[in-house]
Amino acid sequence: MAENVTPRVRVPATATAGEVVTIKTLISHRMESGERRDEAGRRVPRSIIHRFVARFNGETVIDVAMEPAISTNPFFEFDARVPESGTMTFAWYDDDGSIYEEAREIVVE
Amino acid sequence: MTHHRRTVLGGLAAGSAAFAAPMVMAQGVPRVVVVGGGAGGATAARYLALESGGAVEVTLIEPSRSYFTCFFSNLYIGGLRDMQSLGHGYGTLAAEYGINVVHDWAVAVDRDARVVALASGASVPYDRLILSPGIDFKNGAVPGWDVTAQDDMPHAYRGGTQAELLKSQILAMPEGGTFAMIAPPDPYRCPPGPYERISMVATTLKAMNPRAKILIVDPKEGFSKQALFEEGWQRHYGGMIERIGPDFGGAAVSVDPAAMRIDIDGIVEDVDVCNVIPAQRAGRVAHEAGLTEGDWAPVNAADMSSRLDPAVHVLGDAAAQGDMPKSAFSANSQARVCASAVLGALTDARVFPAVYANTCWSLIAPDDGVKVGASYEATEEKIARVDGFISELGEDAETRADTYRESLGWYDEITADMFG
Ligand SMILES: Cc1cc2nc3c(=O)[nH]c(=O)nc-3n(C[C@H](O)[C@H](O)[C@H](O)COP(=O)(O)OP(=O)(O)OC[C@H]3O[C@@H](n4cnc5c(N)ncnc54)[C@H](O)[C@@H]3O)c2cc1C
Repeated sequence: MAENVTPRVRVPATATAGEVVTIKTLISHRMESGERRDEAGRRVPRSIIHRFVARFNGETVIDVAMEPAISTNPFFEFDARVPESGTMTFAWYDDDGSIYEEAREIVVE
Repeated sequence: MTHHRRTVLGGLAAGSAAFAAPMVMAQGVPRVVVVGGGAGGATAARYLALESGGAVEVTLIEPSRSYFTCFFSNLYIGGLRDMQSLGHGYGTLAAEYGINVVHDWAVAVDRDARVVALASGASVPYDRLILSPGIDFKNGAVPGWDVTAQDDMPHAYRGGTQAELLKSQILAMPEGGTFAMIAPPDPYRCPPGPYERISMVATTLKAMNPRAKILIVDPKEGFSKQALFEEGWQRHYGGMIERIGPDFGGAAVSVDPAAMRIDIDGIVEDVDVCNVIPAQRAGRVAHEAGLTEGDWAPVNAADMSSRLDPAVHVLGDAAAQGDMPKSAFSANSQARVCASAVLGALTDARVFPAVYANTCWSLIAPDDGVKVGASYEATEEKIARVDGFISELGEDAETRADTYRESLGWYDEITADMFG
């Protein structure tokens, strides 16, 4: 697992049925492109998060592929409609095989 | 003020120097007491002594024998200045300008009797008082942090010792360790200061500890020169720097100095160095003197006089004046306006119209300097911004190096303007 990777998510705890809510995620990751050279001129191996998926009650809300050109600490902001109470899950897929996961409950009132 | 005096004395004075003296001065030379020998206070004291040619008596109260500038202390952290070069003594102000420099703390002001009480027990009477005490930190601003924790988690936001401590902690970081900064909410001294510091920490770490990580926990949505800093950070320091804004709990942080742990809205991080820059307010003596409303001391834009007492002026970081950022450049600019107004009120010196200016330079990496600045005018309501300028994104290296050199010139000028 890459060092110092911390996923963060902001999700409203409550919503009304059918409401469109804004979700923000941020993950600290160096996003090493594979193009950079170190001080000694050696290529620094690529190590990025290449995919991010958010699901609500198992249903995919977004699923994005990421390229090496993406800047460090990738940030996503997206809207999701919440028909009923449930769980929003988030997964970030690292080149090194690690998967970082988070989950948040949303209560529909 | 001058206008008022002329009205009162009009006709009477008729060219007589004796009558032109203000009425507060029954006899003797008018006394100006300046509290705080920093960017605002030292400048004001020096101009008063210089311009009055002995027509007013100037006393400067400042506890430190040496003033270590906060400005350029980030360059010290980046390895570009030594601490000695940031220290300035008051000897010239005493010996060559005839200022009575008293190394003591002002603890209270009796505004009815016009007397400043000092920690030593002495008291100093004044006809005009100028306060430029800088900032204090707000108690409880960062839960878990207080002055007893500042050796574990330094603020390094008042000059000297704390910057040395912070730098030694950065140099002692384990390989690949984490440097965290808890950034302050607005308003605070030197808006780009925390971010210049981040840049200079990154310069040091890039050379010595390139796998280290820098985490900024920030309660603000945005900050001064943000686009310039972020562009520079990406260019010079790759993925080293991460900023957690209020969206992700940047405003809901607490610290555990004994465990070297920070809690960002429920996510706990172990850190190796933690620079806590708490929320700020006017230096204590301004509150003790009853000159504050909320955290700061409101002043009139024309002459920096307190809105609560026309015999007192408040300069620099402690003042609520309007649009100027809290900077040494601003404090120096305000001090000149104030000195002229005070001289005009106490003698028959001509008062110059109040115009103000500020420039804040920041260094993003060695020779990569940027700046932001503006000019200001005095309105009834406040010191109001007239127009400004800011460095552009993507400037070439030569422009940036010029900007840096400009800042070196400024440092020499302002310290000469303060200390002679
Ligand atoms: C890291 C950092 C970088 C900065 N960089 C820049 C920069 O590049 N450019 C810039 O323009 N500004 C910069 N600043 C801001 C600048 O240092 C302040 O805005 C400026 O010093 C304010 O001047 P002042 O007179 O209000 O307070 P200060 O300069 O802090 O002076 C206050 C003085 O009052 C004394 N004092 C306090 N209480 C009492 C008392 N009760 N009795 C007697 N004396 C007292 C203190 O000892 C102190 O010497 C920076 C600040 C920091 C922290």
